Order: sequence, then C-alpha cells, then structure tokens
Amino acid sequence: MSADTHHGHAADHGHAHGNGHGHGHGHGHDDPHGGAAHGSRKGYWIGFLLSVLLTAPAFALVMSGVIADPRLTAGIVMALAMVQIVVHMIYFLHMNTKSEAGWTMMALIFTVIIVVIVISGSLWVMYHMNLNMMPQMQAEMSSAGM
Amino acid sequence: MSTMTQTPPGTENPVFYDLDEHEHPPGHSTMLGFWLYLMSDCLIFAMLFAAYGVYGGSYAGGPTARELFELPLVAVNTTMLLLSSITYGFAMISADERKRGAVLSWLAITALFGAAFLAIELYEFSNLIHEGAGPQRSAFLSSFFTLVGTHGLHVTFGLIWLGTLMVQVSRRGLVDANLRRLQCLSLFWHFLDVIWIGVFTFVYLLGVLR
Repeated sequence: MSADTHHGHAADHGHAHGNGHGHGHGHGHDDPHGGAAHGSRKGYWIGFLLSVLLTAPAFALVMSGVIADPRLTAGIVMALAMVQIVVHMIYFLHMNTKSEAGWTMMALIFTVIIVVIVISGSLWVMYHMNLNMMPQMQAEMSSAGM
Repeated sequence: MSTMTQTPPGTENPVFYDLDEHEHPPGHSTMLGFWLYLMSDCLIFAMLFAAYGVYGGSYAGGPTARELFELPLVAVNTTMLLLSSITYGFAMISADERKRGAVLSWLAITALFGAAFLAIELYEFSNLIHEGAGPQRSAFLSSFFTLVGTHGLHVTFGLIWLGTLMVQVSRRGLVDANLRRLQCLSLFWHFLDVIWIGVFTFVYLLGVLR
C-alpha cells in the first residue's frame, strides 16, 4: 500500500512539474491545467457589461431612494455587490478550479472563510459590547454630571 | 525475549530516495505565490472593513456619512476603475497576440484611468479635510480614511508598477519575464477593482443609507 501511495505521489509530482514547464514558456493558456487562465476579448466585454448592469442599479437605488425601506435597499445593494464580486472573479481574475492544480481556489476558499469570520465576528462582538456597555456608562456619566 | 520486532518478510515499509534534481524553470511558481500575496492582502482589507463596520456609526457628534459623501463623485470614480480594468484586459489580450505597440498603448490608457481615479479620490479627501471632517474628527472618519486611503495607496503602487512595466516592455519587448510581470499586475489591478466593489457598497452606499 505504501509503495502504491508513493508511486501515485511521484506521478503527481511529474504532472505538476509539466505544468510549470508549460507555463514558463508562456503558453499556459493552451493547456487547461496550466498555471493561469487567460481571458478573451469577449470574456472581458461580458464581465464589463455585467459589472455596469450590477453597479448602476445599486447607485440608482440609493441616490433616487425609490424604495422607502432603507433595510430592503441595503439588502439589494449588498446582494448586487456579492454577485459583482463573483463576476469579477470569473471574468477578470479568471478564477477556476483547475489553475495551479486547484491551489489558487483552495487559497481563495480559505481566505473567504477567514474574511467572513473576521468581519461577522467583529460586528457581532462589538455590537453586543456597545449594547451592553454603553447605557451603563451613560447612566454613570449622567449621574456624575448631576 | 527478543529485541527484534517481528515483521513478516515483505511487509516492511519500503524507503524511496528522490535523488533526481528537479528542473525549476524561472518563474514557474510566481503566479501561485503572487496569488497567495493577494489573498493575504485581502485579509488586511478584511481587518479594515471590520474596523469600519464597527466604527462606521461612531460620529462623535461630528458629520455623518449621509452629510459627507457625494455619491455622483463616487459613481464617476467607480466608472474610472471599471474602465481601467477592461483596458488592462485588452492589454493582456494584446500581450497574448504579441503586439507590443498595442500593449503599450492599452497600458497607457489604463494608467490614465487609474490616475483619474486617484485624482478624484484625492480631491474628495482634500474636500473632507477642508470641511473639518479629517481623520481625527471621529472614529467613523478615522476608519474611513484608513480603509479608503489604503485602497488608494494600493492603486498608487499599481500605477508605479504600471509605469516601470511600460518602460521594461518598450525596452526589452514581450519576453517571458515581462509577460509574467504583466500577468501579476493584471491580477493585482483586477483585485483592486474587487476591493473597490466592497468599498463603494459598504462604505459609500450603505453609509448614506445608514
């Protein structure tokens, strides 16, 4: 069994090495397993038009104030931003699961997890800190003032 | 009692030694390394976004986001950055087609849009500071200037990089090393655009709605 896994590993190694070679010669885009994917003129236009279609409504909604409920507007704007980030990732950054043998995607997933934990965790903790600490402090301050 | 461990013959773990020197063509791991740098940069921005999220409402009796932000200006800024993104894409396509002149002119157009973005941002910052809404006014403004300023600094360094790359391409042509550098800057430039989506949404649009 051990010999088998080793053999598999060696084959993997040779494969990764082949990718590097192709990439070094600047024709990585011919190889679907190549280092970085390249875009086409059409791909960039699609990405650009989608970005415009996602950005313009977000600004229009907030600037015109069509929707009376600011919470609903905020939700729509955030959803548009999320979709636009994915559009940029695919059409401009050419993210896919194959480039660099999947390691760019692994790094991206890891980063997204950390970003979500950091931002939502900070907001959650600090919101409760504000909620629980501030009234007491204000009460102390006002009693001290009186 | 025997000191020897008893293993049936043929079941010992075989040991392999990898004696062959592997070939490492220059730059074959650059793209992955640069991507990892971008991801760590992303974490820096996550911290700054988190700080802004926490302090975004701490006006300290000073001006609020709704009073300060001029959305038409931000919309123009967003357009500049988006246009610079697609022109950089066209530079990359020209590089694939090995057209040096086209690469240089698309890079120059990208630099113009980037410079316009920076100019508008600096104009906005100087206006804010002039109105007495500088970074020292409130926690909201401190976190705002830190987040948007860090993004602006990235764009500044991107522009410097763009300039040096134009010199290198014009002097040495589209050699492998320059193509690799163009690809790294492509990732960097588009990444800054992705960060800007977060900035205009969470800072400007949601700030005005707050």
